[in-house]
Amino acid sequence: MVYRFLLVAVGPHEADDCFQETFLAALRAYPRLRNGEALDRWVLRIATRKAIDSHRARGRRAVPTSDIRDGAVDDDPPLDATDPLWEAVRALPAKQRVGVVHRHVLDRSYADVAEAMGTSEEAARANVSEGVRKLREVLR
Amino acid sequence: MRELKRLGSVAPARSRGAAAALEAAARRGGLLDVAVGSVDSPLGRLLVAVTPRGLVRIAYPGERDVLEELAASVSPRVLESAAATEVVRRELEEYFERKRTSFDLAIDRRLMRPFSRKVLGATARIPFGRVRTYGEIAARVGSPRAARAVGNALGSNPVPIVVPCHRVVRAGGDLGGYGGGTERKARLLELEGALAWTGPEPHLIGAPRE
Repeated sequence: MVYRFLLVAVGPHEADDCFQETFLAALRAYPRLRNGEALDRWVLRIATRKAIDSHRARGRRAVPTSDIRDGAVDDDPPLDATDPLWEAVRALPAKQRVGVVHRHVLDRSYADVAEAMGTSEEAARANVSEGVRKLREVLR
Repeated sequence: MRELKRLGSVAPARSRGAAAALEAAARRGGLLDVAVGSVDSPLGRLLVAVTPRGLVRIAYPGERDVLEELAASVSPRVLESAAATEVVRRELEEYFERKRTSFDLAIDRRLMRPFSRKVLGATARIPFGRVRTYGEIAARVGSPRAARAVGNALGSNPVPIVVPCHRVVRAGGDLGGYGGGTERKARLLELEGALAWTGPEPHLIGAPRE
């Protein structure tokens, strides 16, 4: 679930790095995990932060789709890096992008999306719907 | 937004590479407290767990909550790692192929209580292919009347096979109980040549004196 989230949210080129950073951060922070908190929600929250940070670090510079290197190992299934959808997702502002992925790739409730993003439910809804609107424009 | 799901559809297969890289990075960063792996054996698929101190756990199939127990009593930083459990896997395979009669593995004893440590320490010195009675082990640890407590301590052995609690049997030649089931105990003793099926019933070779 975490990898699926990151694959779509940050793209195939950065998904592996973000995945590793997420779980290393989780392993380091584990002793501080609140008792009883569900592990998967907690890790997804860390992944969400990583996805937003990675987006900010890279800035909004446009990256031609041909530059999305497929950093996969040999037996990984092929991935169509030329799919224009990657670029469309990539072009979204960070919060819209992670909101859309939580909602429409992982099928999480708006309450869960808000919790993962550390925002109010209204803000989560707004981010998701604005993101979806922009994607529809591109896909049309 | 079905199109978005399509982008994520290759995630399960692709995450394997990322998981392997993560395991390596966690090991380098000293963040891997418990490495777990599985070993196929004639007694079923064994789960083995290793810490930086050594082998901490071997579990038979069907034992429940093994990982939860490790997370609670050793460390929650449990990761699957074939590399970190490789030595254990190799020694166990050699043992089951009868190419090895003793193990050269460091043992992490933190899952053993003090009395169990003494009992299992004495048990670890029983040679391959030989058996001792519960009473003999009790005498060895200085509590000659504690045969039953010895049985309990052996039953809680966190690293069966490697600490050979299967070599402790009842006086009179009866096999006695075993954490992994009496059938597995018989298989192990048979593999070591300590149990023969020559009569109508299996009998221990050189059965301990009453």
